[in-house]
Amino acid sequence: MPDDIILSMRKIRKTFPGVLALDDVDFDLRRAEVHVLLGENGAGKSTLVKILSGAHRKAGGEVHLFGERIEIESPRQAQQLGIGIIYQELNLVPSLTAAENMFLGREKTTSLGLIDRKALRSSAQSILADLGLRLDYDRPVRDFGIAQQQMIEVAKALSLDAKILVMDEPTSALSETEIRQLFGTIRRLKAKGVAIIYISHRLEEIFEIGDRVTVLRDGKCVGTKNVAETSKSELVRMMVNRELKEQYPRQRPPMGEEVLRVQNLCRRGTLKNISFALRRGEILGIAGLMGSGRTELARALFGVDRIESGEIYVREKLQKITSPRSAIDLRIGFLTEDRKSQGLVLTLSVKENITLASLDALSRLGFINFRSEAREAGSYVKDLRIKTPGLGQRVLYLSGGNQQKVVLSKWLCSKSDIFIFDEPTRGIDVGSKVEIYQLMNRLTAEGVGIIMISSELPEILGMSDRIIVMRRNEIVGEMPAEQATQEKVMHYALGAS
Amino acid sequence: MVNKDILLHNSRQFGTLIGLMIVTIVFWILSPYFLTVSNVMNIAEQTSINALIAVGMTFVIITAGIDLSVGSIVAVSGVVMAGALQGGLSDALGILVGLLIGVTCGLTNGLLISYGRLPPFIATLGMMSVARGAALFYTEGRPISGFSQGFRFLATGELAGIPAPVILMVVVYVIAHVVLKRTKLGRYTYAIGGNEEAANLSGVNTKMIKTIVYGISGLLSALAAVVLTARLNSAQPIAGMMYELDAIAAVVIGGTSLMGGEGKISGTLIGAFIMGILRNGLNLLGLSSFTQQIIIGSVIILAVLIDMGLRKDRRFTQAKGIIT
Repeated sequence: MPDDIILSMRKIRKTFPGVLALDDVDFDLRRAEVHVLLGENGAGKSTLVKILSGAHRKAGGEVHLFGERIEIESPRQAQQLGIGIIYQELNLVPSLTAAENMFLGREKTTSLGLIDRKALRSSAQSILADLGLRLDYDRPVRDFGIAQQQMIEVAKALSLDAKILVMDEPTSALSETEIRQLFGTIRRLKAKGVAIIYISHRLEEIFEIGDRVTVLRDGKCVGTKNVAETSKSELVRMMVNRELKEQYPRQRPPMGEEVLRVQNLCRRGTLKNISFALRRGEILGIAGLMGSGRTELARALFGVDRIESGEIYVREKLQKITSPRSAIDLRIGFLTEDRKSQGLVLTLSVKENITLASLDALSRLGFINFRSEAREAGSYVKDLRIKTPGLGQRVLYLSGGNQQKVVLSKWLCSKSDIFIFDEPTRGIDVGSKVEIYQLMNRLTAEGVGIIMISSELPEILGMSDRIIVMRRNEIVGEMPAEQATQEKVMHYALGAS
Repeated sequence: MVNKDILLHNSRQFGTLIGLMIVTIVFWILSPYFLTVSNVMNIAEQTSINALIAVGMTFVIITAGIDLSVGSIVAVSGVVMAGALQGGLSDALGILVGLLIGVTCGLTNGLLISYGRLPPFIATLGMMSVARGAALFYTEGRPISGFSQGFRFLATGELAGIPAPVILMVVVYVIAHVVLKRTKLGRYTYAIGGNEEAANLSGVNTKMIKTIVYGISGLLSALAAVVLTARLNSAQPIAGMMYELDAIAAVVIGGTSLMGGEGKISGTLIGAFIMGILRNGLNLLGLSSFTQQIIIGSVIILAVLIDMGLRKDRRFTQAKGIIT
C-alpha cells in the first residue's frame, strides 16, 4: 500500500569532513507503524534522524512528506511539519511544571499579556488523558522519574500535532515496568495514527513493539524487513555482517578463594542487611528493578557513600572503605553505569584517562614519568584493542564500546582484581558488547572476581555464575545461574509471591 | 579527526598569538617609540603583576572555578607585609609574612569551596570583601610607605638589563607550566575541571587538590603584592582594585575555557601581554584612561566571542566524532 507511506527519504547522503556518514540511504515510513532503525554505533542512525529533525543538513537525496518534496532547514521547521523528536537526553526545564514544559514557547496569553494558566492546564490535561497518562501536570518536571519525563516529552510532541515521532533509544534508562508503560503509550499512539521511528540497540524490544525494521551499517542501508518475517540472528547478521554464534559467550573458569565478603551492610534508605560473598573467577550478577538499591550497593562498596553498619572483608581481611581512594588501594575497580558523567574525563586523552587512578605508581616526587605512562597506557590500548588513532586522542571522540574499554583499562592499570560493572553494556552496540563479555571472561580466567549489575535480564542470565536479586534495598533471592530463568528473576524483583 | 582536533587546538593558541602580533604591529605603526627596548621592558614590567596573578587564576579556571578575591588579597598581604617590614622584620621575613597571608586567604577560599561546598563565585566574593576590609582595618585606610633599598630591588633591580619583576615572572611561568604539564597536581587540576565526579571516582582527592589550587592563587596574588609594594615603595589598602578582572581577562584571552578542563599557561602569558600592550600603547597614544577602559573591555568581549566561535566548531567536531 504505497499510499500509506507518509514519509519517504531517498538516496540520503551526508558527509562530515573525512567521513561519509550516510551513503545513499533509503528509508520510508507508513502511517501508524513502528519502524525500528537498527545498527551499531556509528552506523548512521542518529545522523539520519538528525537530518529529519533539521539538526543536520543533508548533502544529497530527497525527502518527501505526505507526497510533497520538502527541505528541512531547522528543528523549528521540522516541528511545524509534524515531526517530533524525543532524544536520549531529554529537553525539559526541570524547574517548570509538566504543563508549562509541554507548552513552552507557545503559551496562550490573557488580554493582559499574562500566561493563561487555566487554558494551559486544561490543554495539558486533555493531551495527557488522550495518552492515557495520569500524572500531576502542576508538579515541576524535576519531581518526575525519567520514564515520566519521557512521557511528558511525548505529550509535548503530540501537543505540537506530531504525525511522526522519533524516539532515540527511549528504553535505555528505563526499568522493566517503565518499559511496559512506554510500550503501552506507543500502542496508543499507533492507534491514533502516529508513525514512530524507533531507534534501539535492544533486539528483544524490536520483536515486541516493531512493525518493520531497517538496518543500517557503516552509513549504508542494509535492508528493510517486516518484523514478523525476520529473526534475531538474521538482524544481528545484517548489523554486523557476521554470525554471532553466541551473544553471551560465558566460559566458566574454575573458581578460586573468596575475594570479597559483605556482611549486614546497612545504610538508611538505600541498603538493608546486605550480605554476600564473591570468589575469584566468579561473575556475580545483581538483578533488580531500577531503584532497588543495586547502584547504591556498588557505591557503598567503592567508598562513595558511607555505610552505617556492617562489615566488608577484602581478601579475608576486615576493611574500612571510606573513599574511592581506599577502595582503589584495595584493588577494587568500579565501572559506573554512566560512562560519560562518572567514568571518563572527556576532555582528557585516552592515555590520561587510563592512568588517572594509577598516577601514584607512575610518578616520582609528584612528577609523572611520561615514558612509563605511555608504555603502560599503550599496552592496554593494544591488549584490549581500543580503536583510537593514538594515545593522545581525547576519549570524547571514541565510540561507546571503546570508551568502556578505556574505563576498563583504567582499572586494569590500577591492578584491580575485584571489579564492579554497573550496566557494563548500556548504550554499546552488539559487536562491542560481545567484546566486553569476552574481556570479562578473560578477567575471570585470570582470577578476578566480578560483580555485574545489569537491567538486561538476558545479560544477567547469560553471563553470571550466580545471581542475586535485589528489591527495595534488600537481597530477596539468590540462585546459581543454571537454575535461573527470566521469570524466576522477575518474580523476585517484583516481589510477586 | 585527530588532525582536525590538533589543528583546532593549536589554532586557538595560534589565534591568541596572532592577536598579540596584531596589537603590536598596530601600536608600532601608530607610535615610533612603542617598539624601543626600553618600552618593551617597560611593558614586560607593567605586565608582570597581572601576569603573576593570572597564573593562579589559570589553575583555578582550569578546575572550572573562579577567584574574585585576588585583588583584595594583593591589598591585605601587601599592607601586612609592609607593616611587618616597618615593624623591623628583615626583608626576607617580611616577604614571608606577606606570602603567608596570601596563602592563608587562598586556602580559606579552597576549604570553603571544597569542604563547605560553596560555589567558588560566592566563597571568593566573600573573601574579596573580607580581605579588602581587613586591609583597610589594619591600615586605618592609610598607605604604608618607605622601604629599604634591598626590598625595593625586587622592583627596581635589573639583571643583564632585564628588570627583576620580569625575571620573577618568567621563573613563575616556567614552574607553572611544568607543574601543569608534568606533575600529578597538574593532571588532577585538568581532570577536576573536565569531570570532577569521574576524577573523584578515580581516587583523586578532589577536595584537597581544589584547596591547593586556590592556595596557589592566593600565594601568587601575594607575590604580586610584593612586586607592587616594592615598585610603588608603598603598600596601599586600596591596591589591587579590579585586578581580578584583568587576571580573568588574561586567562580567557589566552584560551582557557571558563567551563574548565582545558587551558594552557603559555596562553595566559600571551593574554596578559595583550592586556599590557593595550594599556601601554593606548597610554603612548595619549588616550584617556576612560577611553582605555572602553577599548580594553571591547577587546575582552571580542576575544571571547572569537573563542566561542571556535568552540562551536569544536562541538561540531565532537558531534562528528560520535556519529550514530
